[in-house]
Amino acid sequence: MYTQAMDIPDESGKKLAVVPGAASDQEAAFEARIAADGRIEPQDWMPEAYRKTLVRQISQHAHSEIVGMLPEGNWISRAPSLKRKAILIAKVQDEGGHGLYLYSAAETLGTGRDEMLAGLHSGKAKYSSIFNYPTLNWADVGVIGWLVDGAAIMNQIPLCRCSYGPYARAMIRVCKEESFHQRQGYEALLVMMKGTDEQRALVQDAVNRYWWKCLAMFGPPDADSPHSAQGMRWGIKRISNDELRQKFIDATVPQAKVLGVTLPDPDLKWNEERGHYDYGQIDWAEFWNTVEGNGPCNKERLATRVKAHNDGQWVRDAALAYARKQKERQVKEAA
Amino acid sequence: MSTPIDYLLHLADNAVVLGQRNAEWCGHGPILEEDLALANVSLDLIGQARLLYQRAAELMGGDATEDKLAYFRDAHQFRNYTLLELPHHGPLVGYAAADRDYATTIVRNFLYSTLMVLVWDKLLQSKDASLAAIAAKSLKEASYHLHHSRDWLVRLGDGTEESHARVQAAVNHLMPYTEEFWTTSPAEGAAVAAGVGIDVWALRPEWDAMVNEALEEATLTRPNFHGYVTEGKVGLHSEHLSYLLGEMQGLARAHPNATW
Repeated sequence: MYTQAMDIPDESGKKLAVVPGAASDQEAAFEARIAADGRIEPQDWMPEAYRKTLVRQISQHAHSEIVGMLPEGNWISRAPSLKRKAILIAKVQDEGGHGLYLYSAAETLGTGRDEMLAGLHSGKAKYSSIFNYPTLNWADVGVIGWLVDGAAIMNQIPLCRCSYGPYARAMIRVCKEESFHQRQGYEALLVMMKGTDEQRALVQDAVNRYWWKCLAMFGPPDADSPHSAQGMRWGIKRISNDELRQKFIDATVPQAKVLGVTLPDPDLKWNEERGHYDYGQIDWAEFWNTVEGNGPCNKERLATRVKAHNDGQWVRDAALAYARKQKERQVKEAA
Repeated sequence: MSTPIDYLLHLADNAVVLGQRNAEWCGHGPILEEDLALANVSLDLIGQARLLYQRAAELMGGDATEDKLAYFRDAHQFRNYTLLELPHHGPLVGYAAADRDYATTIVRNFLYSTLMVLVWDKLLQSKDASLAAIAAKSLKEASYHLHHSRDWLVRLGDGTEESHARVQAAVNHLMPYTEEFWTTSPAEGAAVAAGVGIDVWALRPEWDAMVNEALEEATLTRPNFHGYVTEGKVGLHSEHLSYLLGEMQGLARAHPNATW
């Protein structure tokens, strides 16, 4: 899964400023590599602002994966068949795995996992706001796979060409797994749509609740996207929010038709002239309100992560104490 | 040669109930790596349950399916060990709420996977070729589960004062439930007689040795057994199983004619 707008500002990004001029040889080499579409690796010199932007973006992404385990995890115990239960556990586990390698990618930039988690737990660091909405019926699991992961793929495929090597390489694997999730989600919905009237109603209800939230996942309109321009220049961001959103809508409308669900937007219609679907107004006030912490599940999601972390402290302490003891024993044996 | 259905259900119910329990950690583990590990253990167990229920359904014929067996039987029809249905915390009544305790999780997984490594290994020789094939796959998984839980048992036992106290409390709480492993149920007796099951009693010395060795390495003490021997495998369960099944089966039962 994924973070909307990898350019949602948070506390860590507030003091970011690109210092103009004062170009050193190192900076010139960095700029030249970016201009040539080359990769920046951990050992390479990079401007502090580039490093901070990446840490913010990759950690937001990692946090999103971890928080994103919760809305779908909500249905593991109640999955209506053993096959769907297994698929869902595997999927949520994949999201945890994405979190793990994204934290690792961010660590190559010199920020530890503990520090990143502290940022999440204190509320300073953001995660994808899509996970601040509740999963209210079983079809939400399928709809999250189809639409949320579908939107994530649109956002993430360009990141496989991100200028920072470890992030780009992590994203190649993430994208493969997300494509699989999207197809699984869609397939689960197809089966439900071929089932009973009640099952079809569950799917439509889930689509109604998630459609607009998914469109907002691409982030604010380009005109209001504060970090986008610099991100584009640095090769961290490749395609603008609005372009990706349009691409997602154009790809999804025919899928909705095959599925037999109605997308809840009366303004959604094909525009021959543009060669794209037109769509209605996204409620940005609601989006920002949720990003700022006032959505339906923000408090529960964050408090649950904090509780898991705090409850697990004694386990992590024990592992460290045991490792220390083992090391001491080895030293003694060697002496 | 085919296996008595109740014996397959015993093996399948064990797997599904513990799989359901371990999956509760998904998103709540003490460290991300353990979230992934517990999800993996759970996936293996659900996978084992599916194969065993499928085999049982095949032998039962009619409209039996893996999901009918998992979702449409009541608590008293389940044949799992009582140990596996307990919540992840110390001894409390069915409707009590408490935080999940990782020590309880680890100790249970250790005690059960130690048994199952021995059980699946013996079932490789089952005269039921389907069951022997399931055993071959499950043995690999159980060996991994044992590796994982034993490592953590030792870490927690020989870690900090707090972790030692917690894991010792979990051992004290759970060890008595393992007495149920060593009684012979009618289903187990029938399976042994048919040459498709195994005499669990014969595994006890090896299980004892493996458990004692790990407890010693973990600086833990094995409590002496006295008290009630549970009988989950003949359908007489704790208060906890009906809650677990209520949650697991609710959605499927609300849509009895649906396919998913």
